[in-house]
Amino acid sequence: MTITEILFYAFAAVLVVAAVGVITARNPVHAALFLVFAFVNSAVIWLLLEAEFLAIVLVLVYVGAVMVLFLFVVMMLDINIAQMREGFTRYAPLGLLFAAIVIVEIGSVVWVKHLGGVQESAAAIAQDPDYSNTRALGELLYTQYLYPFELAAVILLLAIVAAIVLTMRRREGIKQQDIAAQVAVRAQDRIRIIKMDADKASEQTPATETTAGAPQTEAQR
Amino acid sequence: MTEVVINAADYAAAAAEIFVLGAICAILLVDLFLDDAKRWISFALTLIALVGAAFVTVNFAVDERVTAFNGAFIADPMGDVLKLFAYGTVGAALLYARESLQQRGLFKGEYFVLALLALLGMMVMTSAGSLLTVYLGVELLALSLYSLVAIERDAEVPAESAMKYFVLGAIASGMMLYGFSIVYGLTGTLQLDDLAIAVREVGPDKLGLLFGLVFIVAGLAFKFGAVPFHMWVPDVYHGAATPVTLFIGSAPKIAYFVLAIRVLAEGLGAMVESWQGILIVLSVLSMAIGNVVAIAQSNLKRMLAYSTISNVGFILLGILAGTTDGYRAAMYYTFVYVIMAIGSFAMILLLSRKGFEADKLDDFRGLNRKSPWFAAVMAMLMFSTAGVPPFVGFWAKLAVLGAVVEVGLEWLAVVAVVFSVIGAYYYLRVVKLMYFDEPTEEVEIQAGGTMRALLSLNGLAVLLLGIFPSVLIELCARVLP
Repeated sequence: MTITEILFYAFAAVLVVAAVGVITARNPVHAALFLVFAFVNSAVIWLLLEAEFLAIVLVLVYVGAVMVLFLFVVMMLDINIAQMREGFTRYAPLGLLFAAIVIVEIGSVVWVKHLGGVQESAAAIAQDPDYSNTRALGELLYTQYLYPFELAAVILLLAIVAAIVLTMRRREGIKQQDIAAQVAVRAQDRIRIIKMDADKASEQTPATETTAGAPQTEAQR
Repeated sequence: MTEVVINAADYAAAAAEIFVLGAICAILLVDLFLDDAKRWISFALTLIALVGAAFVTVNFAVDERVTAFNGAFIADPMGDVLKLFAYGTVGAALLYARESLQQRGLFKGEYFVLALLALLGMMVMTSAGSLLTVYLGVELLALSLYSLVAIERDAEVPAESAMKYFVLGAIASGMMLYGFSIVYGLTGTLQLDDLAIAVREVGPDKLGLLFGLVFIVAGLAFKFGAVPFHMWVPDVYHGAATPVTLFIGSAPKIAYFVLAIRVLAEGLGAMVESWQGILIVLSVLSMAIGNVVAIAQSNLKRMLAYSTISNVGFILLGILAGTTDGYRAAMYYTFVYVIMAIGSFAMILLLSRKGFEADKLDDFRGLNRKSPWFAAVMAMLMFSTAGVPPFVGFWAKLAVLGAVVEVGLEWLAVVAVVFSVIGAYYYLRVVKLMYFDEPTEEVEIQAGGTMRALLSLNGLAVLLLGIFPSVLIELCARVLP
């Protein structure tokens, strides 16, 4: 057993455990974290297959962005676990049926392969140390698939435009930050400096002198 | 790996697409700096972009089929003509929509950008050389249309119909994609030219291929709105704001026609016997359900939606013939239908005013009293859609029926004629309402000059193209050799 194989089995085992964790964890936050774990493990397996670019993208995009978003949603929405699990027994037979079908399918593929009906996929070609997976992908995307690639970018542009059109609204009375106004503010807009005699203690309550919401700068001490 | 070179010839072939995309980005940016009073600048830029695109297309027009971007892109005379027609349709749809959009507070830069993105999607579909490009074009068009339907976001009905459209459309796209993936798995190629050869090698009767074909045709039928995949059509046409309905009901039909030609006729041409059978069923059902259910409608938008369904049945008739004559007839029918549909929807906009939508049949009562000319325009449009000579709709139906008879499907032609006679009832009912009924209210037409002029032209086009049918027919014959 080579070191690569040992690494593969180790990470594959952890991956399976993490995947089982995703569907068995009672707490949705835990489930999401298990999914992150599963992604990281599959990224390592991709690294073993010399698909460095995909591995890094998986970590950056899925772990770094998508799952964080997922966690936000899970934490913000008050998901009632008990309610979600209510249908479990009702749908269990259907789920078992589908599981059985999938098992039969996988079994038959393995059986056919065992009989020699399916060709063994060729072993991955070992590349030179200076071979760049990223470069190869980039070359394909920007030559062979340039046109579809650019079209996919246009679709993303469309998605941005559509999302903004459909969700952005200017409502009255929303409290929002106006950075320009904050920067342009001058000291005299917010604070008022009152000259007082040093030896005579103030009789008035200073609170009435301050502008509402502005920091109290009167000589209160 | 073979060296792949993208050179100036590739970019020249796709010059129109590149121009439109550039225009979209420019309008998107310019619009940010305009306030509502200056919104007309974006509108003008959009129209200039359409004229510019037409100019680019004519300048870079090809005499014969050229592939570019490693087969992902096809430029051919048919594509050029369809693109030019699409520019005209989108331009007309925007001009018709202007007043209504202003009244609804939808006269925004994003509306024009979405319309241009939809146009770009149609252009991509028109020039698609591989299944991948076909799918990207379909999605580009569909996503723009969903957002256009939903753009009136504070109203409930448009939001509901946009949701229906989106969910059902996504399922249809998924089915089409699944079909593509099966075909790809069996033939090993995405490119339509290679696919045509590969299908012959694999054998057109192979069960897997048929399986994929069924999914592709189902997705296509959904996009077209053919029965039994038509349920979204009335709801979306009715629910969307009328300017949007006018847009959805016209230009995309051109793109779906070319989608059928590219995928079925070019890519899967060897399987003509298989898809002919499926299309016959779709076509007969569409003509039957469309024409019969339209009779029961009291809302003009819904009626026109069912009319669309029945007309799609006719377009499919031409395609299912599977001959060049059939494709020509289908192309001719699509052109004619788009001209008629855009005019009919524009009539609703003509009679509408701020806060009032003239989308009931009753709103057309006694139109002849109010405006004899526009009653005549509407009558011409309705007679033409019903297929009465000398209007252009008659020639379109004749061409399609001729193509079907030519391939020995006489019974299908008879069925089509019977259903169009049934359909004539509801078109003529509109004419009767306009000429023989009393108006329900005495409000003058308030639409502006552009709208009146364009609609008059539209009505005259239906008549003139009917008197001189050879103009369009010869054009179709020239570009589809």
